[in-house]
Amino acid sequence: MKDRADPHVSTAGGRPGGLRRPSWARLDQKISPYLYVLPFFVLFAIFGLYPLGYTVWISLTDQSPMSPETSFVGAENFTRLLEDSRFWNSVGNTIGMFIVATIPQLMMALILANWLNRRLRGIGFFRMAIAIPIVTSTAVVALVFGMFFARDYGLANGILEMFGMERIDWRASRWTSWMSIASMVDWRWTGYNALIYLAAMQAISRDMYEAAELDGASRMRQFWQITVPLLKPTIIFTVTISTIYGLQLFTEPLMFTSGSGALSGGSTGQFQTITMYLVQVMRTYHQWGYAGAIALVLFLLIVVMSAINFLLVRRISSDR
Amino acid sequence: MTAPTMSAPPHDTKPAPAKKVRGRKPQHDDGGPVRRAGPLTVGGLIVAAFLSIFPLYWMVVVASRSSEAAYSWPPHLLPGGNLGENVQRVLDNPDAAIVRGLVNSMIVSGTITVTTVFFGALAGFAFAKLRFRGKNVLLLAILLTMMVPIQLGIVPLYIIMSELGWLNDVKAVIVPFLISGFGIFLMRQYSIQAIPDELIEAARVDGCSTWRIFWNVAAPALRPAAGVLGLLTFMQYWNDFFWPFIVLADPGNPTVQISLKTLNSAYHQDLSQVFAGMVIATVPLVVVFILFFRQIISGIMEGATKG
Repeated sequence: MKDRADPHVSTAGGRPGGLRRPSWARLDQKISPYLYVLPFFVLFAIFGLYPLGYTVWISLTDQSPMSPETSFVGAENFTRLLEDSRFWNSVGNTIGMFIVATIPQLMMALILANWLNRRLRGIGFFRMAIAIPIVTSTAVVALVFGMFFARDYGLANGILEMFGMERIDWRASRWTSWMSIASMVDWRWTGYNALIYLAAMQAISRDMYEAAELDGASRMRQFWQITVPLLKPTIIFTVTISTIYGLQLFTEPLMFTSGSGALSGGSTGQFQTITMYLVQVMRTYHQWGYAGAIALVLFLLIVVMSAINFLLVRRISSDR
Repeated sequence: MTAPTMSAPPHDTKPAPAKKVRGRKPQHDDGGPVRRAGPLTVGGLIVAAFLSIFPLYWMVVVASRSSEAAYSWPPHLLPGGNLGENVQRVLDNPDAAIVRGLVNSMIVSGTITVTTVFFGALAGFAFAKLRFRGKNVLLLAILLTMMVPIQLGIVPLYIIMSELGWLNDVKAVIVPFLISGFGIFLMRQYSIQAIPDELIEAARVDGCSTWRIFWNVAAPALRPAAGVLGLLTFMQYWNDFFWPFIVLADPGNPTVQISLKTLNSAYHQDLSQVFAGMVIATVPLVVVFILFFRQIISGIMEGATKG
């Protein structure tokens, strides 16, 4: 390739310095690609790779901004984690909220996508309406829903009372706070997932449905036996993304209470997530080494959960 | 590349046989969606659209009334006339730092957007159109880096920022994110289809340097993708909360999302101010989103279907 340009230089060139250009051009073609991709790797090395290795190291020490000296403690942080009930509480909350939020979210997204994949005047409006939560920041979602679930004057309790039911202190107990937080997550992400499913559905040939129709398959069967199996790679993608984000849940539960103790996730930590505990250990307790260990375990958990979900989805959607 | 977009799905090649679908009149096959929507579907869509829009609408309602009105029952469902006044109050409130937050967010999102698009185009073009040793390995490495969550390195990252003296400085939320693997990947996918090899050959024959080929041939062709990537990136960092919360902890120098949190904690009783702040932070993005809906959605889908 590098020789290809050379024969033309004398004819097409004719510029000053034309004689020196071949070697220049060759150098340019050799070096330039590396220069163009270099910035990414430099930045990643400094702010990605280096912190990664540093995390592994720090998790084996008792480093803290409070103590001048750092000593190597081996696996101590990890054995401490095993007995740390606050940590396990946050693990339970995170996985619990992840399940409560994600399963209905992806189900609704599938149904929504199926609806959006119809012929209807004004379907563009519906697509846009359902996608609009994507532009809202998590902080704003959490504040609006936080007011909706307020104990005394919240809209949610007002509606409950209207139907003759008791008010609920949404933040007070584990289940109600999980449901409230899950509703924030679902409001923000259902439309996003629906659009991804819709894109995959639009790639399915209509012939398959027409053939199924001729065979007398009901709409329901067509959905489960044609649409869902063909969407399997897309479903796996959304489940993976939801797992990664779901296990890092932070802003919604943090903003669910205001004030200085927000990182604790409620009076008994009923909605404290792993990331909230990680930040609390790092920023409030100043235990950097221990925080590093939590970060590593969180990452491990994400990998394991993603793998489990991957196998699960593959199983379920091929059984149908 | 074959990324699905919001446009019509692949055409059936044969003319549509007039099949009866549940007794309805035969639909003509224009490559549109599969079926006509029934009343149940329409009903479901109306409910879903309502649920999607209502919280945002309600935000405007609260922001445009007095603070007491937020607690009244039955709730007010129509916007009041105080939006301008509430916005003014929150902008004037020196403790809320909302103006500071807006300016900071502009700087942060703007800078990251420009560099992400520029470096994304540059590297994406290289991966798509230039030949060099180790190309595939490097591309794979970029894909792998996209899977590492920020939480994993948060403690050292915080220490680095503190040693650089960047805590409470917007540099801490800008510099680590100047380039994104996703951006490079998106640009690579687009470059493959948008820049003909012949054009590059021709430019080489004319004696163009690689840089001039990028700037004069590739960059103009990449403009649509650059727009989409820019919008997505801007949205992402405008809305980001986690990392700014860690490194901009001091309320004196927040991004807009952080100032909203501070505002809510400090002025919890004055909800109309809090909500006015939220309207300021959200409405511009909503407008941009509506204007560029198709492009943004196809960008999201392109990223999604690449995995």
